[in-house]
Formats: sequence, structure tokens, C-alpha cells
Amino acid sequence: MATRQTMTAGRILVAPSVILLFAFMLAPLVRTLYFSTLHYNLLDGSVPQFLGFQNYVDFLSDPNFIDSLVNTLILVLSVLVISVGGGIFVALLMDQQVVGLNILRLMVIAPFFVMPTVSALVWKNLLMNPESGFFLWITRSLHLPAPIWFTNWPMLSVIFIVSWEWLPFASLILLTSLQSLDLEQQEAAVLDGAGAIPYFFYIVLPHMARAITVVILIETIFLLGVFAEILVTTNGGPGDATTNITFLVYKQALLDFDVGGASAGGIVAVVIANIAAIFLMRIVGKNLEA
Amino acid sequence: MAIRKSLGRRIGVNLLAWAIGFVIFFPILWTIMTSFKSELDAFAFPPKFFSVHWTLENYKEVLSRSNYPLFAYNSIVESVGANIVGLLIAIPAAWSMAFAPTIVPERKETRMLYAAMLAAILIAAAILYLIGDARGDWRIYGPIVAIACIPVVFWIATRRTPDVLMWMLSTKMMPGVGVLVPIFLWFRDLHLLDTRFGVGFMLMLMNLPIIIWMLYTYFKEIPAGILEAARMDGASLLNEIVYVLTPMATPGIASTMLLAVILSWNEAFWTLNLTTHDAAPLTAFIASYSAPEGLFWAKLSAASTLAIAPILVLGWLSQKQLVRGLTFGAVK
Repeated sequence: MATRQTMTAGRILVAPSVILLFAFMLAPLVRTLYFSTLHYNLLDGSVPQFLGFQNYVDFLSDPNFIDSLVNTLILVLSVLVISVGGGIFVALLMDQQVVGLNILRLMVIAPFFVMPTVSALVWKNLLMNPESGFFLWITRSLHLPAPIWFTNWPMLSVIFIVSWEWLPFASLILLTSLQSLDLEQQEAAVLDGAGAIPYFFYIVLPHMARAITVVILIETIFLLGVFAEILVTTNGGPGDATTNITFLVYKQALLDFDVGGASAGGIVAVVIANIAAIFLMRIVGKNLEA
Repeated sequence: MAIRKSLGRRIGVNLLAWAIGFVIFFPILWTIMTSFKSELDAFAFPPKFFSVHWTLENYKEVLSRSNYPLFAYNSIVESVGANIVGLLIAIPAAWSMAFAPTIVPERKETRMLYAAMLAAILIAAAILYLIGDARGDWRIYGPIVAIACIPVVFWIATRRTPDVLMWMLSTKMMPGVGVLVPIFLWFRDLHLLDTRFGVGFMLMLMNLPIIIWMLYTYFKEIPAGILEAARMDGASLLNEIVYVLTPMATPGIASTMLLAVILSWNEAFWTLNLTTHDAAPLTAFIASYSAPEGLFWAKLSAASTLAIAPILVLGWLSQKQLVRGLTFGAVK
């Protein structure tokens, strides 16, 4: 049992972390909230003026916002479908007594450790290059029409890159969850005459449900903030075909120096991310109590 | 007893699994192969697989010409330094949460206190408005934040431990753009833009919640009785943490450190937005290849290989603990 002394020490020792996180994560958020109500542009040098909700009205009614919101949703949902669907498949496959599983797992998890700027540029220049890319060679060999990836299908290209980064994450976590499935359950199901498909839907999928939920939520939070991949491949273009909300706010803040508008955009992004975060926190919190 | 499957099916499954693994790994393999080709071979179409003149020229060039060492040095200093500091802050916090948790249900006074704290925050926020913080005067803003901190910190520190943990996790959920503008302006005013200290500080903050979380789950597995025995024998708190807890939790601390270093090495929002040259790490170095001139595929590949190789090794070493860290203990 902790004594009164250690309890006091405990409160003191936890304080530095709390102070740091409060002062540099939540206090700036208050400041963002404040900026979002101002007309404040670093370029025109004028004294900031109070605008009320005007920045939000401007940001939300800006056609760029709707486009970037749609882009964000397309990006997040497509990558989720590809990585979770593919992840389930890869995890099931790797769970089948594969020879050399340890080496195979290393190969599958590797893309997750590649920094975003590297994976984006490697895909753009080595694989998707319209003159000498590896994909061109594949499409030529199969006698398919060869697209100019980042011009014809910019969003699809970004989706491919980001999916490649996140498929390993989903596979690894789903495989971990799958490996904790009790083998006796499988035997019982087989003895009862369950085929592979009912076995998957009635036993495997429910067992993985929690891991799948966690993967979806964590990926959603990271995918809402995809930035570097867009910056180094398309720079948000062509037009604003690949501008997501994070990138739109970045452009407003650091390229247009529109502090007020960018802050309003930042708050909108926080609200959107929180919707996913609330569900994730519930699941993690339940685990904590147990 | 495992269920037997027919040999044909097992071979099929194995082939399919390895084929998919190869496809997933291929872009990395291709990058490594390209990095040893000459620029002409790298650009050749159709792609050359084995009939090329293998060369180390690209590595020589990248290492000598493009001040690659500075970027690599920045990456190492920022990601390792930030997380050592992070660990020093997080170990005491995780000790407190694992071995001296607040589990008392809320009393009436605490609830009253809670209301008072919230009022204090709101008043502080109102003061922010009135003072005209938008002039960018952090000398006014800083102290106000500090004053607002006192009640909030006191309140948070006396909450039930699971609530504190959840609160820390929640700061991790906030997208970077939510605080990009204020942090950027702060850094500008304090001359922290493009400094190693500034970037390291941000990386430390980004990882702090994850570090505390992981350490907490590892510390929870250590029997509290051992620490109590040390206390009985007269060990001070410092000695208890340094000589009893830390050695027992070394594997956990090491894998926490590994994951944190990997995450900061690859972090590409703050490192790209807060640096230009002096403190730019490898993420920014690679990003500078996005507007190239001339043939550069092989050099890009060499630079990329150098940038990802150390972290691939670290990542492979820590993959078992990775799941636990990345899911905040929700999947083990």
C-alpha cells in the first residue's frame, strides 16, 4: 500500500509531464481559438481586429474547404478500406503455419518504418515515373494503357502511397490479435462441421473485432493529418486535387500568412479529429479499467 | 493439436504469403538496388535488374556533396536527445501512476475545486482576449499561461490515475495543425525556429504521452512489494527509482525508447514546418529532392537508403513491443 508520503511524491513527480503537456499542447489550442476570431495577417502588418466568427464563415464557405474536406474523406476512407481489408487478408495468410514466418513478418512490416518523405519520393520517382517508372514497365508488359500517375490520377497515387505505409501496421496488429485466438475453438468448430467461411465470420472476425476497431481509429487519427506525402509529391495539386484539410491549413498559415483563417481551419481540423478520438479513448479506457 | 491441412494447400498458402510479402517489400528492395546503379542504369527503360554496372558512386556523392552528414547528425541528435529527456520526465511520472495511483473516488471538496479550476481557466482565457495577445508579446502571454497552469496542474494531478492517463492520451489525438500557428509564432518570437533545441523539444512533447503510456504498462507488471521492501530498508525515493525500479524495467524502458526514436526519426510535420536548414533532419533532406534537376534517381535512392537503414534495423528489433506501444496497450 502506498503511504501518504509516497502519494505526495507521486503527485509531485507526475506534475512536470502534466505541466509540459498542458502548457505546450492545450494552451496553444486556446491561443489558436483566440486567433481564429481575429483578422490577423502577418503580411499586411495591420493591427489585428476582432472579427467574431467571420473566419469560420469564410473558411467553411470557401469552395476550397469543401474540396479539401471531400479529399480528406476520400483519402481516409480509401486507405482504411485498403489497409484494413488487405491487413485482414495478410494476417490470415501469415497465420497459416507459413515457413519462415519471422523473416516474412520483417518484410511485411518494413514499409511502416520508412519515413514519409522517403516513401513518397520513392513511389513518385522510381515506381510511378511516367518515363521510366517500374509501374510503366508492368503496364507496358501487360499491354495496358499507361497513366501519368500524378497528372491523371493524383488522388489515387497518394492513396497508393499512404496505403502502402499503413497496410503493414494493420497486418501486424491483426496478426498479433489472430495469434491469441484459441486453437481449441478452431478444433471445436471443425468438429461441429463448420466450413472455412462460417468459421471466419462467426469465430475469427468476432475475435478480431476489437483489434480491427483499434486499427481503424488509430489510422483515422493519423490519416486525417497526412502531410509530408502530399507536400513532396503533388504539393496539393494539380489545382487542389490532393489538398486535404491539413494541407489547406498549412498553405493558409505558412504560405499566405493568414493567421486568423488558418487558426479557424485548425480548429475545424481538431473538431473532426476529435470525433474519431472520442471513440478510441472509450476503447482504450475500458481496457485500462480491466 | 493443430489441424492438419493437405500438402498442396499448405504449399499454395506459403507461395501466396511469400508472394504478397515480396510485393509489399518490393519498393524498399528496388530503392536499395537502384542506389547501387549508375544514374543511366537507374533511369533505363525497361528497368534493368541484374545486368548493370554496380557502383558505390552514389553513396560517395551523397556523403560528400550534399552536406548529408549535417542532416544525419540533426536527425540523431534530435530524435535521441528528445527521447532521453522524455524518458527522464516520463519515468518518475510512470512510477507515480503505477505505484502511487490516485484511486480515491471524488469527494465533494474535489468537485468544488474542479469547478473553481474551470472558472480559473475561463478567466485566464478572457484575460488573454483583453490583453491583446495577438501583438505576439509572449512576455505577457507566458506568465498568464503559467498562472493558469497552477490550478489546472493541481487539479489534473489529483485526478484518478486512469483519468490522468486518458487526458495525456487525448493530447496525442490533437492534429498538429490545431496548434501549428501559435507554436510557429512562439518559435519565431523566441528565435527557436530552425534550432535543434526547438525541434527536439517538439518531438519530445509529441512522444511524451506514448512514452508515459508504455512505461506505465511495463511498470504495472513489476510487483509493488519489491519497491516497498526497498523502502522498508531505508531507500530514498530517488534510490528506489534509480536502483530498484529502473534495472528491473530495463527491457521495457529500452523498447519504449526504441519506439519513441523510430517515431521521432520519421516525424514529418513539425520537422518540415519548423526547420529550413540548420536544424533540418533527414526528413527535410529527402524532401529537398522533390524539386530536382537532371538525373538523380540513383542518388535519391542512396540518400533514402541511408535515411531508412538505421531505423529499419531498430524497427525490426522492436517489432514485438511495437503492437503494444502503438495501440496504447489495447492489443497485446
